[in-house]
Amino acid sequence: MQDVEKIVNGQKLFLKEEYQTSLAAKKEFESSMGSVNPAKVEEVGEWTKSWDYREKNLAREAITVNPAKACQPLGAIMAGLGFENTMPYVHGSHGCVAYFRSYFTRHFKEPTPCVSDSMSESAAVFGGLANMKDGLRNCNAMYKPEHISVSTTCMAEVIGDDLNAFVQGAREEAEGELDDTLITYAHTPSFVGSHITGYDNMMKATLEQLNPPKSEKVVDEGRINIIPGFEPYLGSLAEVKEICAEFSDKIVMIGDHEAQWNTGAGEYQLYAGGTPMEVAKTAINAEATVSLQKYSTVQTAKTIKNKWKQGYETCNPIGLAGTDEFVMKLSELSGKEVSEKLKSERAQLVDAMQDSYPYMHGKKFAIYGDPDFLLGLVSFIVEMGGIPTHVLCHNAPRKGWEKDMQEILDKSPWAKDCQIWPNKDLWHLRSLLFTEPVDFMIGNVYGKELYRDTGTPLIRIGFPIFDRHHLHRYSISGYKGALNLLTWITNGILDQLDEETKDIGETDYFFDAVR
Amino acid sequence: MAELRQIAFYGKGGIGKSTTSQNTLAAMCHYYGQKILIVGCDPKADSTRLILHEKAQSTIMQLASEAGTVEDLELEDVCKPGADEFHPDNEEITEGYIMCTESGGPEPGVGCAGRGVITAINFLEEEGAYDDELDFVSYDVLGDVVCGGFAMPIREGKAQEIYIVMSGEMMAMYAANNISKGILKYANTGGVRLAGLVCNARMTDKEYDLAKHLAKQIGTQMIHFVPRSNHVQRAELRRMTVVEFSPNSEQAMEYKELARKIIANDLKVIPEPLEMDDLENLLMEFGLDEEVEEDAIGKKAEEA
Repeated sequence: MQDVEKIVNGQKLFLKEEYQTSLAAKKEFESSMGSVNPAKVEEVGEWTKSWDYREKNLAREAITVNPAKACQPLGAIMAGLGFENTMPYVHGSHGCVAYFRSYFTRHFKEPTPCVSDSMSESAAVFGGLANMKDGLRNCNAMYKPEHISVSTTCMAEVIGDDLNAFVQGAREEAEGELDDTLITYAHTPSFVGSHITGYDNMMKATLEQLNPPKSEKVVDEGRINIIPGFEPYLGSLAEVKEICAEFSDKIVMIGDHEAQWNTGAGEYQLYAGGTPMEVAKTAINAEATVSLQKYSTVQTAKTIKNKWKQGYETCNPIGLAGTDEFVMKLSELSGKEVSEKLKSERAQLVDAMQDSYPYMHGKKFAIYGDPDFLLGLVSFIVEMGGIPTHVLCHNAPRKGWEKDMQEILDKSPWAKDCQIWPNKDLWHLRSLLFTEPVDFMIGNVYGKELYRDTGTPLIRIGFPIFDRHHLHRYSISGYKGALNLLTWITNGILDQLDEETKDIGETDYFFDAVR
Repeated sequence: MAELRQIAFYGKGGIGKSTTSQNTLAAMCHYYGQKILIVGCDPKADSTRLILHEKAQSTIMQLASEAGTVEDLELEDVCKPGADEFHPDNEEITEGYIMCTESGGPEPGVGCAGRGVITAINFLEEEGAYDDELDFVSYDVLGDVVCGGFAMPIREGKAQEIYIVMSGEMMAMYAANNISKGILKYANTGGVRLAGLVCNARMTDKEYDLAKHLAKQIGTQMIHFVPRSNHVQRAELRRMTVVEFSPNSEQAMEYKELARKIIANDLKVIPEPLEMDDLENLLMEFGLDEEVEEDAIGKKAEEA
């Protein structure tokens, strides 16, 4: 039992005698781990590591095991929190929303403002209009947002609730209470796409609804919008803004959630930072918009290109070449030369890459995550001479992504050894790791099971990361961000080298105090 | 080019809604050269068979479930050109054409047909099925507006004109009134309007008067009274519309007239649905000659 005077964590707690006895009794009760034929269990266990099982696993159609993606409203909430004084509001079941909040909070170690209108059995039958009427008024009265960003869960989507009609209806019956509150809304069915689809839908809806069509096009010369996409690295947002500021103060970020998950100690502020509504409402006037995540803004792009008739560009400022492209694009759009500061940051990065090159070169990696994150990271691994043996993307877009990825892989001398695995989950990755092993995995916390199962060391870069602290505070974008990637990956490799050379008198012949 | 008009045919099951809509749309194409996209929103998927000369077209949901997800589909897989004179490349009879899609949905008793309608319409919009060349998009929607999914075609930015197919029978009128209630819900916050009742005659007593009166009470018009004709059935057995089967027949002329009225229609209203009592009174007044007294309710014929 816990001793209140001396609380210990689970690791130590379960070593205590009473737990050990209980665990032993459980094992005995379940007789040989609960199986009637332990030898058979062993045999099947081994079989799941074989090529034979791998083929069956890859042919799997029906279920997902250990997914590497989340669902639409999660992304919609991040998009909403990118705007100032904004309360994300999820029309649907309460449990979903509790999950989204805790998901972000476990990653950022910060509270996540978000409300739900808690649809229940009767709302499922009669439609959720009544919930929305009360919910929007409550949300407005309690949290006094300037802007409410409404998305939906599966439940509201299956019964076909119409947000346009509901939001208007709720407004009309609110006795004027909602007159001064902006409300934007997007349908985000969880069973379609993933969190990046939700981000895209919410971003598109927000921009469209805050920028209604005008009879005459106004152009704010020199203004450039930057849409960061579903970016879990807050440091990346800061660095992108820093780079932009080198070129012009008219480059603005649309959907800037950096401050929201980075509040200081002291009295908690519900809303922090974010793109001001005035900036969001004039997004239509910009000369051009640059999206930093092509595949997280596919629908948003259509609005900007087709409805706003605005210049639209995509860049992926992860790694050396990616950042170069971004910097040159900003230089082109702003008509300003690249600053000495950026040139020197670049030089420092290239220098550091040369220092670490011998360790990353020729190492095999299995990398998984979101489509745009992978395009950036794989590009960086290739720049460092690493081999992206397995590139797995559970939420791979249907069109274009594989081709983009293949073009990056083709730059590697080992291109033919690299494989792209679209729409596969982490249980598929397990089979891949057993049959075609790699030196390292790069990905989010959910690779932890695979690390235990296959012994492949996991370098934590991605989203979500629940079991390591503060990584999200760093940047993975820009030259300094690439330096962080370089640091994490190189030191991950060196840690493993130490791990493998620590046996006294066995493997410690390798002199490794200096590398 | 005129603005794309989005219309929808609603009506209770079995009323002849799909037959009426296909004949009317065929007439709009045949006689007036209109370019039309049909979006069938009925799990039975019978909204396009007379145009395609097929038993039933492969539906969006059926193809999506075979392919894995709806994102795997291409527009060409689900959007078929009409047969013969309704084909875009066939300009012998008319420059108009009809493109056909069916949302499809589950077998009776399982799944969620409403969600199928939402998924299918979203897919068509995203893939750009509503192109600039079209004059009309027509939704053919099952039953009264039973759930949110079946209201998808009347959401903002979708169908703006609703035609309700009905007849002079109690339940068909009841359904028409219910559909009006559905439209009213959305009309308050959006642009959807009731554009008229189409009476597909069953030849019950005083049907014409009844339908006309109901239309007036709801605040709309009976846009056309389509008489019953075996010709329709004859054409249907050949998987054709009357318009194509026998374009000079009297019945085809009826559809031609209805088509003309729809194209020219500018009476679009927010409906004023009736209360149940008023509806019953209406039937008493027009439907049958005899009046039913309060004490006769629930009594069998031999008791009365």
